[in-house]
Amino acid sequence: MTTVTLAPATPAVAAGPRKPKRSWVFHAVMAPVTLLWVLPLAFVIMVAVRNFDDIASNGLGTWPKSFTLQAFRTAWVDGQLGGALRNSVVVTVCTVIAVLFLSSLAAFALSRYHIPAGRAILLLMLAGNLLPPQILLIPVAKICELIGIYDTLLALVVVQVGFGMGFFTFVLYGFMRSLPYEMFEAAKIDGAGDLRIYATIVLPLCRPALAALAALESTWVFNDLLWTLTVLRTDAKFPITASLLNLQGGYTTSWNVVAAGALIAAVPTTIVFFAFQRHFVSGLLVGANK
Amino acid sequence: MSTAETAARSSTTGPPRSSISAGQRRRRFGRRSVTRRVPPVVWALLLVPLLVELAWVFWPAFNSFQLSFTKWSGVGVAEPVGLKNYRTLLYDPIFHTAITNNVIWIVAFGGLSVVIGLALAVALNKPRRGVGAYRSGIYLPMVFSLAVTGLFWRVLYQPDGPINAILAAIGIDTGQHQWLADPNTALAAILVAALWRQAGYIMVLYLAGLKGCDPTLEEAAAVDGASWSQRFRYIVFPQLRNVNTVIFAVTVIDSLRTFDIVWAMTRGGPYNSTQLLSTYMYQVGFTQVNLGYGSAIAVVIFLLAIAFIITYLVRATREE
Repeated sequence: MTTVTLAPATPAVAAGPRKPKRSWVFHAVMAPVTLLWVLPLAFVIMVAVRNFDDIASNGLGTWPKSFTLQAFRTAWVDGQLGGALRNSVVVTVCTVIAVLFLSSLAAFALSRYHIPAGRAILLLMLAGNLLPPQILLIPVAKICELIGIYDTLLALVVVQVGFGMGFFTFVLYGFMRSLPYEMFEAAKIDGAGDLRIYATIVLPLCRPALAALAALESTWVFNDLLWTLTVLRTDAKFPITASLLNLQGGYTTSWNVVAAGALIAAVPTTIVFFAFQRHFVSGLLVGANK
Repeated sequence: MSTAETAARSSTTGPPRSSISAGQRRRRFGRRSVTRRVPPVVWALLLVPLLVELAWVFWPAFNSFQLSFTKWSGVGVAEPVGLKNYRTLLYDPIFHTAITNNVIWIVAFGGLSVVIGLALAVALNKPRRGVGAYRSGIYLPMVFSLAVTGLFWRVLYQPDGPINAILAAIGIDTGQHQWLADPNTALAAILVAALWRQAGYIMVLYLAGLKGCDPTLEEAAAVDGASWSQRFRYIVFPQLRNVNTVIFAVTVIDSLRTFDIVWAMTRGGPYNSTQLLSTYMYQVGFTQVNLGYGSAIAVVIFLLAIAFIITYLVRATREE
């Protein structure tokens, strides 16, 4: 019998008859509080589905008197969010795969072999991820110009991979160290080489950690704005966050289009969140325990 | 070759495996590894990622330090100016605003998100009906990017928008206040938007911390007659020390990085009233293309962050 099952039982016995009332109080407090978090989103959706004339004559703060999806169309086609979303997906997928692959290599070497000063290398890599990105921006833009990848999606991927590496190496290192030692010994006895152990034993065992980190990193990369503004210049190459700000500049008075655009940009991360909720939360916790 | 060697050795030296404790095993493994050379292929596995990070993180960071002692517009040769950029910073009123705003941001953003997040976590800790829905509702904003969050709230903050409408409905007439265009309210307005997004994240971290608390301690205190607030103050909260350290370091590091949401909502305006160090650095470096001066601001951000980075690293080492 675990104490976890015991804990809620004790107050329930003590407060037996009062329980319905306390539950009523709980919901009376929490429902409005949660509403505070949901309402802003609901309002934005309401603005996005109204037409321009309705907003112009009745103001943004009233109930919708019209319903149209025209604003989404305008944002998607005229606002070029469709192309921007494609750019975002390309950058996100490439970055997540590259950063998880490279950092799993480093983590494997550091966790399974006695690398001289391995601990120092690990902490140095983690420290790199904790640096304020501002200290990298100007030189990173200059280096991209110098090697000719400035204003390409490749530059964005490379920069994000370099900056994210330390954190993922650190987390995967911790995870790989916790894998049972016997497996490695058995594989070695069977004559498996180092690369083979990595590919056929370590990577499959790391799947839960890799899934959590992939969910986390995909939202980070997808949501990034600063690196985009640093290495990209052409509007057509912008991922969705940067494109959204352009949209906002171009449609200053059409708040329904801005709202629709922001909602379009929010959809992919929301899908990732609900599809991988468990991974996502465990990824966040991994992040907290780094 | 080396694997065969290892295999041979482990089969000859291995006493019955079940008799070895985990600690002994690790030590044995460690000692053997010292004598064994790290295979070149493993070195390659480590060096490729390490070189990528050195080239794209540490080398640029080092360059920023160098650039901060120069005057450079991006073309031609950077002209060395010694400490001039840092002296200029001392008398730059916008820089002073940015530093002040950043301090306000760290204290208000950090403090309020911890208070709100902890309160929500305590309220939603015990499983009961509806808890899942409340949790999801509160941490949903966390998945929106800061830029999206900023645009959401720009819509809400419009003079004829929902926020003023609600305030008017509950009897507070704001006269269509322009929250983001008024230098007195712009920073607070951005802060509210940022808190809306952050609270759920802090709540998740505290929920995990509360799960790690030993329930028997609280139970024993309850049996001994400790009130709810006493139990929280003396039993639960001390057990959250680790989570608190993490949240503290993460919040400060994040606050010094804060850029997206300000950029999406005000770009530092009106009249630089919402300028943070990161937005000012971006403006100087990329809008005014004053690369030396921008680098000096970046170095200041780095120096402010370094203590907290070290806190974080020390904790990371201890946990190993």
